Amino acid sequence: MSDPYILFQNVSKSFGPLTVIKDLDLAIDKGEFVSLLGPSGSGKTTILMMLAGFENPTSGAVIVGGQHVEKLPPHKRNMGVVFQSYALFPHMTVAENVAFPLNMRGVAKPDSAARVQRALDMVQLGAYKERKPSQLSGGQQQRVALARALVFEPAVVLMDEPLGALDKQLREQMQLDIRDLHKRLGLTIVFVTHDQSEALTMSDRIAVFNHGKIEQIGKPSDIYDHPKTRFVAEFIGETNLVEGTITKVGKDRTTITLKQGGKLVVDTRPGLEAGAAATISIRPERIHFDRTAERENDFPGTVLDRVYHGDHIRVVLETRDQRFIVKTDRRMAVLDEGDKASASFTANACWVVG
Amino acid sequence: MRGGTPLRRHLAAALMLMPLVVFLGLFFVWPIITMLSEAVSDPVVVKTLPATTEAARAWDRQTPGAGALGQALVDDIRATTDDQAMGDVVRRLNSAKSGFRTLMMKTLSAARGSTGPLDLTTVDERWKDNGYWEAIAAAAQSRYTDRNLLAALDYARNPQGSIEALPPAASNNADIFKRTFVISGLVTLMCIALGYPFAMLAASVTGWKRQLLLGAVLLPLWTSLLVRTAAWFILLQDRGMINSTLLGLGIISEPLPLLFNRLGVVIAMTHVLLPFMVLPIFSVLIGIPGNLMPAAQSLGASKLRAFWHVLLPLSLRGVASGALLVFMSAIGYYITPALIGGPRDQMISSIIAFYATGTANWGMAGALGIILLAATLALYAVYHRLTSDRALRV
Repeated sequence: MSDPYILFQNVSKSFGPLTVIKDLDLAIDKGEFVSLLGPSGSGKTTILMMLAGFENPTSGAVIVGGQHVEKLPPHKRNMGVVFQSYALFPHMTVAENVAFPLNMRGVAKPDSAARVQRALDMVQLGAYKERKPSQLSGGQQQRVALARALVFEPAVVLMDEPLGALDKQLREQMQLDIRDLHKRLGLTIVFVTHDQSEALTMSDRIAVFNHGKIEQIGKPSDIYDHPKTRFVAEFIGETNLVEGTITKVGKDRTTITLKQGGKLVVDTRPGLEAGAAATISIRPERIHFDRTAERENDFPGTVLDRVYHGDHIRVVLETRDQRFIVKTDRRMAVLDEGDKASASFTANACWVVG
Repeated sequence: MRGGTPLRRHLAAALMLMPLVVFLGLFFVWPIITMLSEAVSDPVVVKTLPATTEAARAWDRQTPGAGALGQALVDDIRATTDDQAMGDVVRRLNSAKSGFRTLMMKTLSAARGSTGPLDLTTVDERWKDNGYWEAIAAAAQSRYTDRNLLAALDYARNPQGSIEALPPAASNNADIFKRTFVISGLVTLMCIALGYPFAMLAASVTGWKRQLLLGAVLLPLWTSLLVRTAAWFILLQDRGMINSTLLGLGIISEPLPLLFNRLGVVIAMTHVLLPFMVLPIFSVLIGIPGNLMPAAQSLGASKLRAFWHVLLPLSLRGVASGALLVFMSAIGYYITPALIGGPRDQMISSIIAFYATGTANWGMAGALGIILLAATLALYAVYHRLTSDRALRV
């Protein structure tokens, strides 16, 4: 494998006394779609701004395509940026907006017109060339912004919560559109979002940020199924966190004793040591109410709450050891508040965090 | 439900507007109408000399005026007891043809001191000259006149009634209008040059810094114009702060002439009018989304080009509003040029003031005012066309 295309080496960024990014190392390959995910104030946008050239790192190196870019002004970086609120130029038509980066690069008129047309066709807005941005819907404006950021074939496309202002349905459509463009054009995309489901559906890899540091970086399935920290487990999706002490490490199974004496069986993996405290994450959709032989864990209790969600039912089950959130099949609609039920799940459904 | 029927609601709204409408009517519309009519009305001869007027309208202008009009004039003089009205007639006729004052004085005493037919050519030889009779005939022609409006633009009617330019020595209103527009244009350009960067700075900072910058612009607005102008008078004089500082630093060896010339007027007026440029530009600038400049830069525009292609066109509306406000205020300026300018820097308002308060020639004052108003309205029309242009509409 070749060197990474984008490389942050030991980068820190402070605004006055406030340190926003601490000793960050991050490598992104050419053609990769990486999401920077985290709550607001976690530093993810600052990283994007350093990549785009609007912020300079306080220390450390930012290397793009083998070149140090820490001091390079934004207009020389050749990066397409899609902003949260589109940032279309209101006094220009759609075509003029998309032609802007080409004009700045001195592309000849006929060539420029053809490329603008191609870019707009790509986002299905070829017929809207002469409109002003204010005459377009939010989704259309976003697609113009996308066409404008792609038309000059930038080395990297940076997106700063580009879908934040759209409604849910449109957002999901745009997620698929952007993913499709990424695949078709082989773009390198760095995508900032605080929406974990957006990151999960679109990315090759996700970097989860908290307090200016990367908590975990990996494939969406890794991040979701095997969170390394409690923060990641809680931030990505909903989960049940169970605390206990490791009491027995076997060949295949490790037993964890909970505070109230209940026992939990998990898959043994390197690093688990008897006597150590452990936090276990169990995803609500992996808990069932019917016991089978392979569902080795079983916690009987009482239904505390039951909420109908259409595609699933969310049940809160109070057990002696733990309150479990269970996402269950809609066929289990027979359960009602106060009913007795039992939370059953496999050893494999449990993941020891950290 | 509030207000009842639409008619009743309209009525209520109209009632609430009444004080404003009455105020504007009494103190804005009415004076303007008076001024306009003053400029074009010329009723003194028609009113005071009715018999002469009738005779003059019938006169063929070939036969000696003394014969056709003389007795009518004598009758009119004898019939009039209003000395003030007669004084107006004399002034009116004298302004059309000089010499009328002494001529009329002689004629008045001769007519009043006798009865029966009187041959005016025996009273004064000048009555043999039909030029005097033609002046009377012209004044008696109508209750309205265009001579003030023509004079305001350095034109006049010759005795034959056609329009011709006055000799440059006789009148220089056109020059003064030109000067007024040049000075106002200069002040407007200066205000743009100083105000735009200032507005950008004020829009780019927040909190107390912005308050401070805007306060610095607004403070002069809360000070009397006279005080501000007097302050510039003190600063700009030969021993003023500017000259003494420059002299003290050894940059100049003798005081710069800053007072009683064009430079001083432009400096002081720019200062006084700057808020009217800064505020519209500022309000447009803060309305421009903050991410447009970064977007332009990320798309390959240097800061300067991003400004040129994005910020400047988007803020032109503010510049146009500001320029219009400044220019329109500037062309009516009176105090500042009067105090700080030299004789060659007086603007049209000074001339209007001269006619209005100096010689009580309300006709000329009104006519100059009309020309100024027309120029202002024309400018406003141009501005309106420019700002409703699609290129500027967002």
